[in-house]
Amino acid sequence: MKAPPFTLHRPATVDEAAGLLAALADEGALVLAGGQSLVPMMALRLAYPPDLIDINGIAGLDRIELSGDHLAIGALARHHDFRRSVVPGPFGALLARISHEIAHYPIRTRGTFCGSLAHADPASEWCLTAATLGAEMVLRSQAGERAVPVADWFEGAMATVREPEELLVEVRLSRPAEGSAWGFYEFNRRAGDFAIGAALAGYRLEGGAMRDVHVGIGAIEEVPRRLGEVEAALEGQPPGPEAFRTAARIAAGAVEPLEDFATPADYRRDLAVTAIERALAEAALAQPGQRGMAA
Amino acid sequence: MNEAPRQGSSARPGAGERLFGRAVPRLEDTPLLTGRGRFVDDVQLPGLLAVAFVRSPFAHARIRAVDCTDARAMPGVAAILTADDLSPLLTSDVVAGAMPSAAIRHEVYRPVLARDEVAYAGEAVALVVAATRHEAEDAAEAVAVEYEPLFAVADGPSALEPGAPAVHMRLPDNLLATFDFHYGEVDAAFAAAAHVVRADFDLHRGGGHSMEGRGVVAAPDPVEDRLRVWSSTQTPHALKAALCTMLGRGDDDISVSVPDLGGGFGPKLVTYPEEIAVTAVAAHLGRPLKWIEDRQEHFLVSTQERDQHWRMEMALEADGRIAGIRGALTYDIGAYTARGLNVPYASGMMLTLPYNVPSYRLDIAVALTNKAPATPVRGAGQPQATFVMERLLDLAAAELGLDRAEIRDRNLVRAEQMPCRKPLKLRGGTDVVLDSGDYPATQRAALAQAGWAGFAARKAAAREEGRSIGLGLANYVEGTGRGPYETVTVRVTRQGRVRVSTGATAMGQGLQTAMMQIVADHLGADPANIDIHLGDTAEPYGFGGFNSRQTVVAGASADAAARAVRHKVLSVAAHKLGVEAHALDIAGDLVVETGGGNRSLTLAEVAVAAQGIAGFRLPGIDTPGLQATERVVIDDMAYANGCAVAEVEVDRATGGVRVTRLAFAHDCGVMVNPAMVEGQLMGGIALGLGNALFERMAYDEAGQPLTTTYADYLLVTSAEMPEVAVSHTESPTHLNALGVKGVGESGVIPMAAAIASAIDDALDDLGVRVLRAPVSPQEVRAAIRAAEGGAR
Ligand SMILES: Cc1cc2nc3c(=O)[nH]c(=O)nc-3n(C[C@H](O)[C@H](O)[C@H](O)COP(=O)(O)OP(=O)(O)OC[C@H]3O[C@@H](n4cnc5c(N)ncnc54)[C@H](O)[C@@H]3O)c2cc1C
Repeated sequence: MKAPPFTLHRPATVDEAAGLLAALADEGALVLAGGQSLVPMMALRLAYPPDLIDINGIAGLDRIELSGDHLAIGALARHHDFRRSVVPGPFGALLARISHEIAHYPIRTRGTFCGSLAHADPASEWCLTAATLGAEMVLRSQAGERAVPVADWFEGAMATVREPEELLVEVRLSRPAEGSAWGFYEFNRRAGDFAIGAALAGYRLEGGAMRDVHVGIGAIEEVPRRLGEVEAALEGQPPGPEAFRTAARIAAGAVEPLEDFATPADYRRDLAVTAIERALAEAALAQPGQRGMAA
Repeated sequence: MNEAPRQGSSARPGAGERLFGRAVPRLEDTPLLTGRGRFVDDVQLPGLLAVAFVRSPFAHARIRAVDCTDARAMPGVAAILTADDLSPLLTSDVVAGAMPSAAIRHEVYRPVLARDEVAYAGEAVALVVAATRHEAEDAAEAVAVEYEPLFAVADGPSALEPGAPAVHMRLPDNLLATFDFHYGEVDAAFAAAAHVVRADFDLHRGGGHSMEGRGVVAAPDPVEDRLRVWSSTQTPHALKAALCTMLGRGDDDISVSVPDLGGGFGPKLVTYPEEIAVTAVAAHLGRPLKWIEDRQEHFLVSTQERDQHWRMEMALEADGRIAGIRGALTYDIGAYTARGLNVPYASGMMLTLPYNVPSYRLDIAVALTNKAPATPVRGAGQPQATFVMERLLDLAAAELGLDRAEIRDRNLVRAEQMPCRKPLKLRGGTDVVLDSGDYPATQRAALAQAGWAGFAARKAAAREEGRSIGLGLANYVEGTGRGPYETVTVRVTRQGRVRVSTGATAMGQGLQTAMMQIVADHLGADPANIDIHLGDTAEPYGFGGFNSRQTVVAGASADAAARAVRHKVLSVAAHKLGVEAHALDIAGDLVVETGGGNRSLTLAEVAVAAQGIAGFRLPGIDTPGLQATERVVIDDMAYANGCAVAEVEVDRATGGVRVTRLAFAHDCGVMVNPAMVEGQLMGGIALGLGNALFERMAYDEAGQPLTTTYADYLLVTSAEMPEVAVSHTESPTHLNALGVKGVGESGVIPMAAAIASAIDDALDDLGVRVLRAPVSPQEVRAAIRAAEGGAR
């Protein structure tokens, strides 16, 4: 379990990194961020990058800043940086809540938000967050900068539209609607494991009815996504266990679950329903005036 | 001589003080916790080279050609050897390690390197020596092996089907062995039974997963033409014997030492091909070599305990007493025999032990498969036997409408029956005689601690809240202290220190501390004055660590040797002081007068005197020196027993099972150190919890291992551990002078059975029956769905 030989490059600026990528990406060069996914793959000799472009020395990439309708998250913002609210109110509380579900403490201190989006593991909590709240991925290469909305980002499990010579410099995570409240649920075998199924759900109350309903699932399908059918069933309804259950059940017919040797598709189909129901129930507890992730 | 007693440090123990039986802190902990442990990978030698192995990616393939040309030209490479290159260096191409059994039909010993055929994924085909491990792995990848893939067999039952592909090309079939256990009129018992319950069980156990993997360093000593070997093994004597035989060396030409061992748990019990290959090549090249197993290798090639499939039935009288048990067991032993039939033997032998079972027949078939060889893991077949027995009793309780505790109470071997001879034999032919204990009382203790009587109300209240909680129990008997002996030498050095050396091998249990406590009380009771040397093959006769044996067998020898040395110390001192030996005692490093006198001698003075003076008689002793070597022979095993009651909460929507509380009542005889006993129980319980719910070493149908990282192979962490309430009872065994029984495997044995029973209880309205281990949330959920009729 020793990594194959590689050359380590340590650019000091984004431009320098983009230059290295332009020169070396065709040969298989990879960006090294937190290394929590890439380095194990190298040790297992599942990845053989001849060049690693380590972005950890680039100043300013660790920023997390609220800017208008979104939170700008730089390429070196670590999972652990979200452990306490990075912005006041329910948004920061939600990100803190989710960050604790990711892996184990030492991994959280290294792994990055943007690395998770670049890596695109189907079970990634941040990918689910981006898919559910809405986000834009800002890519930089020598050719310039482009922004990709999350709906266009994922191409499949561990695959995105990012070109090999592009650096993901920032993710712009949409700020949830004023007054909305959120709930998150994931099921895994042990504390710190990747989720087998997860859901993130939120809405705001207007005259006793749910509005701006967001329901996303992760780890169930190849890529995390919002479930429009479930959201539509909830929109305009008063919240409550019955409404949640009825809507969540729609997911069973709407998802195309992943399968693996330990987990049949039926199990994930059930789990999608359960996770949505429980995320909604947590959101209900978090409505303004209640304890939880709402202002 | 020292007329006025020295002012002892306040730490020096007084005469008659005892360390035995107390929860003294472990000697091992400070060095290990402060980074001063020394493991095999810490052995550094000038000119040390690194070894990596070329391993088969196929579960079964013919090797057409091995081309090392490119690899030999890679940076840092010193040598690459294939089976053909290695063969002239060895007296045998295979590691003949299995224990004898007439039932074995095919000789399938592990090749040191595979030559024509590989029979499991990970089997070693070539050995690469390079300056660094990185370079060795790079070159290993560049070795071009031409494989012709063959059909593989990936599970026991299908291996035995007619027309199954052959696990080895040269063998006519995959049936390694058949044997049985049989006593009483079992068919008559079934014919006359008031009730019969039946079930099939699917039981899996994974690997050992010690924190430190295996590893070996071999260093030739050109001056003395000897080989010095360090290995992370549980059995240094067996390794030394295998090395001497296979390298054609004399007994004293090779020494094997075991540095600190970062856990063993069974897989380090057998001698491995890598240990032979690395040592032979080190001798051949005249260079010290190091091979450290990495986690991938650990998953692929370290032995595992593997799968057992049981088809069983139990016949009962109308009152719930067992009339007979019969059935069949198929065991998947992997591609080779590394240890023989001891796992299925132990399963079959242990099944009935806690209970009075008048008739029994078990037909055992052992199947070869294209998977890594199987050998015991902590518990060694006993957890599976316990699972089968206890689950049959739960089924019987349901059938008869009896409480699960009540049906056990009606069948348990009772205290009045002890010693209780069973119509069964140990693998060496000795009778199985349960020596001591009060099994029904142990069960009562566990039930009381778990609140068994009041549980129905708690369960009903939880149901009201939509929560499914359940309670389950399992009794076990653990065979401990496997004989025949372990050697212990105790010596008082000329510096007055007590030196204890033994081939017994520490693997994290605190053996050093236990040995110290056993010896200390005879020789001054000062831990700081005692040095313990374990796992060294300078001691010519010995075995090592397995079967919860060392505190029992090495403990018995240590006790005897320490008594003998004490006798000599007091005889010499009595002679020097001109008093009777019984008027003296040893306190710390002093021999003191007990009857009012205040003269004393240091142990150093006594030791110097005891070596004798040229031309003079020995002082009060017949043989020189303060030394004794003992090999107390114990053939019978001492049987520990216990009862676990597990409480679980099942999440019906996800199938998730959380073990919330555990009551564990047990009796391991006299406890040398209660804190260490608890440590052993906790570790065992964690492994048992893993066996119940988490650990599965999965292979696909082509024999490819699927769970080769700790992201997929799930070990229990502290977050999954329940609260555990332990209650100890000490029924001394008469089989050794200390009255001790082993406890190393106790925690593991009842866990899966108790948890399965608890899951059933939590889901009793659905009639779900957990007949497998481990059971995953996915499987629990599927059972719930099936019971609910499919729809949500
Ligand atoms: C034991 C364990 C448990 C884990 N559990 C979880 C979990 O529960 N949930 C979860 O979400 N994750 C989990 N992870 C993964 C962890 O969160 C990783 O940190 C994350 O997936 C990747 O982030 P990274 O910064 O470490 O990326 P790296 O490992 O450095 O890179 C991963 C991939 O993304 C590319 N990449 C990274 N950053 C950029 C960039 N800015 N631009 C372009 N390409 C880039 C790399 O080239 C590489 O291909 C776990 C990891 C481990 C080891």
